Amino acid sequence: MNLPLKKWTGKINTVKIGRTAEEGGSRDRTITIGGSNCLPMHNFEGEIPHRPVIALEVTDEYPNDWHPAVIESYPEIMDDASKWANHISQEYNVDLICLNMRSAEKRGMNESVEFVKEFLRNVPLPIILKGPGESDFQDDFLAKCAEAASGEGLLLANAAEDHYKTIAAAAIAYGHSIIAETPIDVNLAKQLNILLNDMKVPPDRIVIDPLTGGLGYGLEYTYSVMERIRISALKGDVYMQMPFINFIGDESWKVKEVKIEEPLWGKIKWRGVYWEVSNAVSLLLSGSEIVVLRHPDSVKLVRRAIDDLITKTEAV
Amino acid sequence: MALTGLQIYKLLPKTNCKECGYPTCLAFAMKLAAQKEELSKCPDASEEVKAALGAASAPPIKLVTIGTGEDKIAVGEETVLFRHDKTFFHHPAIGEILPDTMGEGELIKRVNYLKSLDFERAGEMLKVNIIALENKSGDVETFARAVKTVSKIWNRPIALIPHSSAALDLAMKETAGNKPLIIAGSGSSEISAFARTAKEYSCPLMVCGDGTLEGTLKAVDEAKKAGAEDIIINPASDTLSNFLTHQTVIRRAALDRLDPRTAYPTGVILRGDDLPLLAPAAICKYPAVILMENPPDELYISLMTLRQNIYTDPQKPLQVEGLVYPIGEPDENSPLIVTTNFSLTYFMVSSEIDSSGVTAHLAIIEAEGMSVLTAWSAGKFTAEIIANSLKEMKIAELVKHRKIIIPGYVASLQGELEEEMPGWEILVGPQEASDIGDYFKQVW
Repeated sequence: MNLPLKKWTGKINTVKIGRTAEEGGSRDRTITIGGSNCLPMHNFEGEIPHRPVIALEVTDEYPNDWHPAVIESYPEIMDDASKWANHISQEYNVDLICLNMRSAEKRGMNESVEFVKEFLRNVPLPIILKGPGESDFQDDFLAKCAEAASGEGLLLANAAEDHYKTIAAAAIAYGHSIIAETPIDVNLAKQLNILLNDMKVPPDRIVIDPLTGGLGYGLEYTYSVMERIRISALKGDVYMQMPFINFIGDESWKVKEVKIEEPLWGKIKWRGVYWEVSNAVSLLLSGSEIVVLRHPDSVKLVRRAIDDLITKTEAV
Repeated sequence: MALTGLQIYKLLPKTNCKECGYPTCLAFAMKLAAQKEELSKCPDASEEVKAALGAASAPPIKLVTIGTGEDKIAVGEETVLFRHDKTFFHHPAIGEILPDTMGEGELIKRVNYLKSLDFERAGEMLKVNIIALENKSGDVETFARAVKTVSKIWNRPIALIPHSSAALDLAMKETAGNKPLIIAGSGSSEISAFARTAKEYSCPLMVCGDGTLEGTLKAVDEAKKAGAEDIIINPASDTLSNFLTHQTVIRRAALDRLDPRTAYPTGVILRGDDLPLLAPAAICKYPAVILMENPPDELYISLMTLRQNIYTDPQKPLQVEGLVYPIGEPDENSPLIVTTNFSLTYFMVSSEIDSSGVTAHLAIIEAEGMSVLTAWSAGKFTAEIIANSLKEMKIAELVKHRKIIIPGYVASLQGELEEEMPGWEILVGPQEASDIGDYFKQVW
């Protein structure tokens, strides 16, 4: 049989996160994502120079509202984001840390920026810095952090349709990358990338967050939007050639099917882990380059999935 | 591959007899190409054109059915690689492999457990579809006994993984009428014998390859030659990356009609530590039958939900009509809750209200079938839209109190909505439907 292998003209941009001392930052490594010229994980017909990566999330305040099964997986360090992040970096094989500054507004601008500076002094991994949510406060906060962390190569979350200018300008000025978030829509994702391009944000500094509908709660929309964006990218649309990030943790641990007591469905912890893993595997197959997870046991399983998927195979 | 009008014209009698209702054979050929006419209207159609048109219109992947009755499994006849190109039509069957070495009591317990996993989610019954019995003992009679035990209490389809054709023959005496899926394991030297049995009883046959594409297609060929018609191809890939490669290549080859040996649905048998990684991949990337050995119980709920998601028809907007829905038998004192018309949102919110024991009015606002946050960011769920819809729904006549509960995710609409609806108090409900029960306890 003549093998039906598919070649594409387009290629996904690479994005480098984190800068080491030689590169003007203070991270202990850099992480590069993207660069593939084939459908997700189709290394039997194309090249995937950089493997998808895994981040675990830490919060700036003790995450009271997180699922107890996640909280129980850590020692009592979750009220100290730096300790928590270093524990993760020592115990689990993650590529980067997502610092979720969800209480920044409550804490106040100056104190929050100091918090981030302190965190960067304590934690050597490349960092995704997530603000408290789309608002003028977040724009200012991310811009101030960008300046304070000049040259560190952070990945800033997030730019959105009405909130991209301040963040884009700060990312350009201080050498960071940004996450462009749009609500599960191919055209809106492209539109935001065009706006960022108009502001002269280099294409290799943008990561698309297509917004993750969690398993059971709209995953199919995210899955298909990602497939469609990726196919456009491979066909050569330069405004679609950015790698993807998916925030999976929150979407997995808040769902009813994980939270309710139902002995038939087994232990809640493993239900949550498999929920997270099923989300991650399906989104890796539709193009995710960064999966942000929550439970350490999910990391182990998703790591194994990536190790296996990235292994070069021949179509025989 | 579909034929063009001109290609069909060349095969027609070119008599322009008009019997078909068209002035010329060419005009008729054009209609045939567009699939707007039937060839049977041509009185002089040759066998050649019938064969050519028949082959071109046959589905690229054969429809295969397993089992009988209302729980029978129909898979195949898929037409796309990506669900957004049309839809994935037939849900894959999910099932568990049970060894015949289990004692009878244990076997019955497990079958009953798998039955008890049925549950309704977003208006659909999700269930485990098939049980595969494996002849681990190697013993012919032990196998037949296990098949008998399971057939008695499991009235959904079963699959048989016999060690030998002798084991298959005896087991078929217990269950042939149920049209089981016969599985010829990897490296089986008896594919032809199994295929003949499948033919004899008109049962589907899963052909397991050797982990390579060529080896797998050779095994399919052998089964076809021995008379098997309803085949499920299992390339027996040993890793996730081989799995993705094999499934993608077979699906593409089938859709492009590159090789008749690929024109069947595929299947997988998952065993070992990587099962929780392979199973979700199998839902996304094509197998029509997914059989698992020793899956963790905790995996089932996510797998069945993932299947529901991936096999949802993307062409159908998932919307419910914008109305006030009574949950239970609400009266003029019952709470009034507002949310969007995304059907999943509706199902989640209504089922949570229902299970909280509180009766309520659920006002569904037309928001192009988007969930609350998405609709809000897209400007489809604004204070003005909500206020206008509620006025049209005449909620002032529906309830005596003057309170409206809005989703926690749109707490920011509270002030604006109070301005739009003078005299009404806007309460901010929980963000997640699952917290509605607690919310009622505290607030209502």
